[in-house]
Amino acid sequence: MSKFKFPNSIISRPVYGVLKPRNGKSHLMIADAEGAEALFEIAASNTAIMAKSHILYFPKNTGQSYIKKLEKLNAAQLYIGPSYEASVSRLRRVLEDAHVGLQVYLTGTESLIGQAMQEIVAAGIPHTAIQTEHRGSVARRMQCVHCKGITEDVVTDPFVCSHCGLHLFVRDHYSRRHAAFQGVCVDAENPGDIPDPVELYS
Amino acid sequence: MSIQFKKETFRNDYTFKNSQWAIDRFPFPFHEDSYMYSVNMEQHQGGPAGSVFEKRFDVDEHYLAEMEDRALVLAEDPLRCQSLPHMTLAGWDLLELIMVSKSEDYPDLFQLHREGNNWRWINKPMKIDDQFVFMDETTLPYGPMEYITRQTQGDFAVLDQRDDNLWMDAGMVTTQADWSLDFDIGMNFFEWHAPVPKAHEMGIFVRALKFLLNIQQGSPARRLNWTMTVNPLLDTSPENYHKWGVEKSTLTVENVGEKQHLRVELQTFFRLPRSNALVFPIRCYLIRLEELVTVPKWGRRLHRIIRDLPEELATYKGFISNRPMIQEYLSGFDDGQPTSDGIWPD
Repeated sequence: MSKFKFPNSIISRPVYGVLKPRNGKSHLMIADAEGAEALFEIAASNTAIMAKSHILYFPKNTGQSYIKKLEKLNAAQLYIGPSYEASVSRLRRVLEDAHVGLQVYLTGTESLIGQAMQEIVAAGIPHTAIQTEHRGSVARRMQCVHCKGITEDVVTDPFVCSHCGLHLFVRDHYSRRHAAFQGVCVDAENPGDIPDPVELYS
Repeated sequence: MSIQFKKETFRNDYTFKNSQWAIDRFPFPFHEDSYMYSVNMEQHQGGPAGSVFEKRFDVDEHYLAEMEDRALVLAEDPLRCQSLPHMTLAGWDLLELIMVSKSEDYPDLFQLHREGNNWRWINKPMKIDDQFVFMDETTLPYGPMEYITRQTQGDFAVLDQRDDNLWMDAGMVTTQADWSLDFDIGMNFFEWHAPVPKAHEMGIFVRALKFLLNIQQGSPARRLNWTMTVNPLLDTSPENYHKWGVEKSTLTVENVGEKQHLRVELQTFFRLPRSNALVFPIRCYLIRLEELVTVPKWGRRLHRIIRDLPEELATYKGFISNRPMIQEYLSGFDDGQPTSDGIWPD
């Protein structure tokens, strides 16, 4: 379920592929919510891979739905965390020990993929060793260009910045460094003239 | 001639104006009566005496006021100047390029004395006289890029060259046409241009990149770009758009000639020697329409450009809602006469 085909967009907007098991000495898999399903598909197509895999998983609003099945994958290490943010120090520690031959798999929401990508690239892992696959919600992680605050899980355009309260429209312009799309004041030229919010891609 | 530096503002009471000298040398960007994107690069090896193309880094009557405006922007938002850690060497390259160029091109205003790595830099208009050790950051009050670009008109994007691409990895950006360094830093050439409509499909950026990757030391290049700005606001940043955007709605039939400005960017490109980075200065020149139309050829031509510009470009350049008013004003200066080729007044 929940594979979304993003419409064509501008060149800074990330595009995602389909995860494929690769040969590697070790495998780091980071997923949130419905991203678990992409991991099941990898495990099904290559049963040997899990014994060399470290999974970091964040259920978000899927609760317990995928936990049992993830446990049954018998990954070498399985970490179920309350949020991606909470796992960052752990992820950095894991990346310190990363060796040549590590394969990275990122799957789930754009927010998760973008933030994990940023850490992994910063750790010097070559981009050729990183695969991504979008699953689940099309919510975006947005940066307010005015106050610089990040609003997570944005599903409408325009939306209200959770920090400064401005009404922002959703751009496709994307910064890998911020792992966020850009939000820009929607009523700057005509204050108070705020269009009704529309669901993204509706 | 010696330049008379003006005391003026680019915000609040907006006292910025061009003298007759500045109007005469304004870099009018249209060489014919219509406009479409093009790579339009040429060598940056001087130009007609007195023109903005003559010197490597043009200094004009707005110098001190522009530097004051930059200091105000930076005090409010230090993120307008950023340099990723690997770009410090390029910062020194840039400092050297500007100091050497300005001291050679304007010896009455700037002096550079060098004994080995012990340098003394004198900037007379800004009353700066500093001694420092070249390549030793601890001897300057700012990093090398910030130090020298606080003293040089125009924005600066410093581009790292690797993987056959250019990466915006450092910059000083306070007079931008609505783009954010803080958001775009770290992007490659295609990514930071991503929001520009049409030009990607036209292959503009592929050709421009090919050209830029091959720029050699000592052979800088240049081009002009343009947009429209209401009020002489240098800092048309996305960061502050929620504050200045409303000024676009203040245009009326009565004030359009005074408030509406043509904003021209003189973009130059220099290869830097040690880092092999490319520095991309983006120098902004503003002219109010009522100043511009004092040159009859420019008034005629700008009218035709604005009238015929594709809607997508007028939208991207941010003046679609004001276009009818601007066009109406300019039509009063277009008698239908033919115009001569090239950008210069007749």
